[in-house]
Amino acid sequence: MSVTLAQKILARAAGRDVVVPGEIVTCNVDLALLLDSGGPRRIWPRLKELGVGVWDADRIVLCTDHFTPAVDAASAAILKLTREFAAEFGISRFYDMQGIGHVVLAEQGFLQPGMFACGGDSHSTNGGAFGCYMSGFGAIEMTGVVVTGEIWMPVPDTIRVNWSGDFTVGVAAKDIMLFLCRELGVENAGRAIEYGGNTVRSMPMNERVVLTNMAAELGAETGIVEPDATTLDAIRAAGQEPATDALDWRSDADAPYLSVHDYAAPALEPQVAAPHSPANSAPIGAFEHVSVDQAYIGACVGAKLSDLHMVADVLRGRTVARGTRLLIAPASNRVIAAATADGTLQVLTDAGAYLLPTGCGACAALGAGILAEDEVCISSTNRNFKGRMGALSAEVYLASPYTVAAAALAGRIADPREFLA
Amino acid sequence: MTARVGRAFVFGDGVNTDVMAPGLYFKEPMEVMARHCMAAIDPEFAATVRPGDIVVAGRNFGIGSAREQAPMALQHLGIGVILAESFGRIFYRNALNFGIPALVFPPASEIAAGDELRVDPVAGLVENLTGGRTYRVAGLPEHLMAMVAAGGLMPWLQQRIARGEI
Repeated sequence: MSVTLAQKILARAAGRDVVVPGEIVTCNVDLALLLDSGGPRRIWPRLKELGVGVWDADRIVLCTDHFTPAVDAASAAILKLTREFAAEFGISRFYDMQGIGHVVLAEQGFLQPGMFACGGDSHSTNGGAFGCYMSGFGAIEMTGVVVTGEIWMPVPDTIRVNWSGDFTVGVAAKDIMLFLCRELGVENAGRAIEYGGNTVRSMPMNERVVLTNMAAELGAETGIVEPDATTLDAIRAAGQEPATDALDWRSDADAPYLSVHDYAAPALEPQVAAPHSPANSAPIGAFEHVSVDQAYIGACVGAKLSDLHMVADVLRGRTVARGTRLLIAPASNRVIAAATADGTLQVLTDAGAYLLPTGCGACAALGAGILAEDEVCISSTNRNFKGRMGALSAEVYLASPYTVAAAALAGRIADPREFLA
Repeated sequence: MTARVGRAFVFGDGVNTDVMAPGLYFKEPMEVMARHCMAAIDPEFAATVRPGDIVVAGRNFGIGSAREQAPMALQHLGIGVILAESFGRIFYRNALNFGIPALVFPPASEIAAGDELRVDPVAGLVENLTGGRTYRVAGLPEHLMAMVAAGGLMPWLQQRIARGEI
């Protein structure tokens, strides 16, 4: 029987030979990602109430990112409790103020093809770029995972999305996802999105994770990319050893996809999603009249080293427009170190960018850079729901790092290709 | 699990969890957070909803963030049942994990704001006591019935621990 990669991983995690879409199975969890937001501060009181500990400290990765750095007594207390949890339960893979959890998890090379992983945050789908099945859950459900090591899963249908050819200048994986949010819609519960084609094969991991991260915006169970040499190189570069069977984790040649979609990357223009949904997207030409108060580069999806490189490509030798502010919150300390070493940060600050601490920041209105009433922001983040980045009347446009940088220079939404000749 | 009777609060498609539990209030206690529940789309909701009332919504209810504060805020305000044409996947799981019956209810658009409904979540029976129509939809999923009946994941885990299953 031919099956998709998502089916293979869930079958393995459920101890079954084969599982079919629509079935409910109980899976053993290989790795659980906990963050300061929905992690210890919500889970620990429940463990005390139940009178139990964690099922396996060595399968837990814990990161602080939503409330870093502490800006008031409440956030300081949340971070303190998170550190105490790590010490109490002996969580050795604890990354405190090292960057955004999804990005740190990738940097550390902890994800392996074929793995079944759960995270206490919707963008946990990010990890699927490594050929594993990783999905996001609420803190109440992660409490169950941490206690039992198990979780129930619906076996999803798989939608296959193929991209072929090269991007034109100024177009990136983010544009694919904004395009797909309107093309596939944002109601894909019960489905996994599997990305392929030579465009995806040519992408570095930093771009592949954009595809899987924003499977959350599609409303999907997860996003996944079949592993290849790029995947294994990334795991090795992180100091880990890929499993010997890593490349066996692929969909069968005649796998039963729910649907297959083929798109041409050369035809894709820069995309922008208007308030208040990622699905409100259109090619950039529709938005070039929109004035911008704030341009924001941040979040798990949009502030990795490759994203900062895109911003620098647009900004180099130019200056941010008067009346517009460009805020940049790099995704991790490693990103900051690499961007310092290769001169990228210098380009950003020379252009007038305002650097913020690493962390989830303004993306979910938790950190620095939130919006006032009626302000307009263009952002490299993944969500633009009403009130998401601050005031209810603020408006957030989503775009690639190239396009956010171009808007910062022009003071209005602008086509990045004008700056990338 | 007994049937619930309450007034309908009606919402459209794509209500996301940021709207139910805004990030600005993450560090506040639930009574503060709940006051802002739905404020972005219905500023009167939190002040007018009463214990036992029922949320009726369109497609993709609870899309977005995994924040469990979204169903917690609705529960804090006394919402006893959620009926929606479809649900965001994480919200659906969270709601059931807190013991809030969430039913997929395709005819949601036939319910008007303020209609009095009687919902039997086990049988999947929805009676519009105002409009006089009765609807039969799928009840709670079989594999989650015991967990929801126990009151949610926490009491369910307590029962399993007491039985020595964990």
